[in-house]
Amino acid sequence: MSVLVYSESENGKLKKSSFETASYGKALSQELGSKLICVSFNCSDIELLNKYGADKIVNVESSNLKDFTAKTYSHVLSQVIEKENISVVILSSSADAKYLGAYLAGITDSSYISNVVALPESLNPFIVRRSCFTNKAFSTTEINGNLKIISISSNSYEINENNGDGVIENIDYNEVSSTFKVSNVEKQSAKVTIADADIVVSAGRGLKGPEHWHMIEELAEVLGAATACSKPVSDMGWRPHSEHVGQTGKPVASNLYIAIGISGAIQHLAGINSSKVKVVINSDPEAPFFKAADYGVVGDAFDIIPELINKLKARK
Amino acid sequence: MNILVCISNVPDTTSKINFTDSDSKFDKNGVQFIINPNDEFGLTKAVWMKDSNKASVTVLTVGDSSADTILRKCLAIGADKAIRIDCEAKDAYSVAKEIVAHCESIKYDIIICGRESIDYNGGLVPGLIAGCLDYNFITNCVSLEIESGKAKCAREISGGTEFSECDLPLVIGAQKGLVEESDLIIPNMRGIMMARQKPLDVIKAQNINSRANDKKFFKPKEKGEVKLVKPDELDKLIDLLENEAKVI
Repeated sequence: MSVLVYSESENGKLKKSSFETASYGKALSQELGSKLICVSFNCSDIELLNKYGADKIVNVESSNLKDFTAKTYSHVLSQVIEKENISVVILSSSADAKYLGAYLAGITDSSYISNVVALPESLNPFIVRRSCFTNKAFSTTEINGNLKIISISSNSYEINENNGDGVIENIDYNEVSSTFKVSNVEKQSAKVTIADADIVVSAGRGLKGPEHWHMIEELAEVLGAATACSKPVSDMGWRPHSEHVGQTGKPVASNLYIAIGISGAIQHLAGINSSKVKVVINSDPEAPFFKAADYGVVGDAFDIIPELINKLKARK
Repeated sequence: MNILVCISNVPDTTSKINFTDSDSKFDKNGVQFIINPNDEFGLTKAVWMKDSNKASVTVLTVGDSSADTILRKCLAIGADKAIRIDCEAKDAYSVAKEIVAHCESIKYDIIICGRESIDYNGGLVPGLIAGCLDYNFITNCVSLEIESGKAKCAREISGGTEFSECDLPLVIGAQKGLVEESDLIIPNMRGIMMARQKPLDVIKAQNINSRANDKKFFKPKEKGEVKLVKPDELDKLIDLLENEAKVI
């Protein structure tokens, strides 16, 4: 019985999340007294996984698997699961990983659990801690079933180096036919995405209009941060939906979340609750966000942000 | 074209979350239930497809009779018929498997679910249904058009959008963007009256065993007091972030 980690890559290089999942997988495999097997698709730097304790690294090379699709990737993984006698699969919480996890659970009749925030509290019965109610609560949940698929929340498990001597293996597998074809991908390549960002700079209605977002973007650039916004801002079309964070938008689990001109409605706070440090800048000292934040500045964003940008630039 | 929209009954987004029975169950007391927002984006799209694709729209939920109110609302919004699989919704696995069993007896061209529910945030149901039925599957779906039996879809991905094509049958995980917030249909009096005439069938459950059992719930620790920095002392803020919080 081994632990399998699906190691995600982008443009042929491993993503940071694949070191988190490998670290988690290693710790779990040690508790289970089993091996850690990492699987990646069309990835050129998979030997890096050895640094995190992989006992075996499977590289799936195929031009037919160039585009990620939940179905074709799941069918390859299900064959590895069977061949290697896997009992637990570890995934990140990226959009692709969660997409894959649920489908893989369907074809393998396994038990899938998402938003897991720590190593299992017990192995028998298998009990994990996960966030629910959009971070308004946590639960300890018992999972039954022979094969378990666990998606771990981003930034919830620390990356640990752990020497491994994994052999890199290519595997034989049967490709599944699918009518699903990716026709085009549009990406804003220069921008840091909310899911991958260590710092997120977010703004709300307090900014009064989309024409004032240049200072938010400039602050984000100085900090190497992603930009985000509140629900009303995306509903009014000031910013794209992909930037909306909150209960019905995206969750944020960054190290630093800076909220500018956002009052802090319960739905917004739920979505950003997993961020480690929160800073609020708001002219209204009664804004609910001040109760949820670590640091706060009461004042006019139109004065504070340009000055903050200048000071941060001077510091570098 | 037959469309099935799977509906989850969830606490209103403004609800205070509390637990009961020694913190082992969600406390429904005083909580208003709504259609899961991601499901509602999907339902609205399906209702549009009644016109654009001559679709017939069935809504389905897995739950006890307390979910009937939500199903009547879906009918008032424009669904043609409603089905309730009569059992307690125990976990995402058993709910998805009940839906799979139903979809094995009645074929749908498109099955629409929300990408996740806003209560347990599992995100399992649409993928599990697609995997079990071997249907095509797109989650985080922000666009869907059907032309001569083929689907053209878009999915939100990290930092962008992926466009794809596939055959039907298809399972969708809907989210905002598939339709806009301002597109959501508020039932009018005529819709509400018509909903009373539309069928709401209660069918027997398979009583599938659950796989995930919540043992105990707890809430995040209360935050300490916020540290306020004066607007003319931003150097202090930078210093705190750099040396105390160590995040920049």
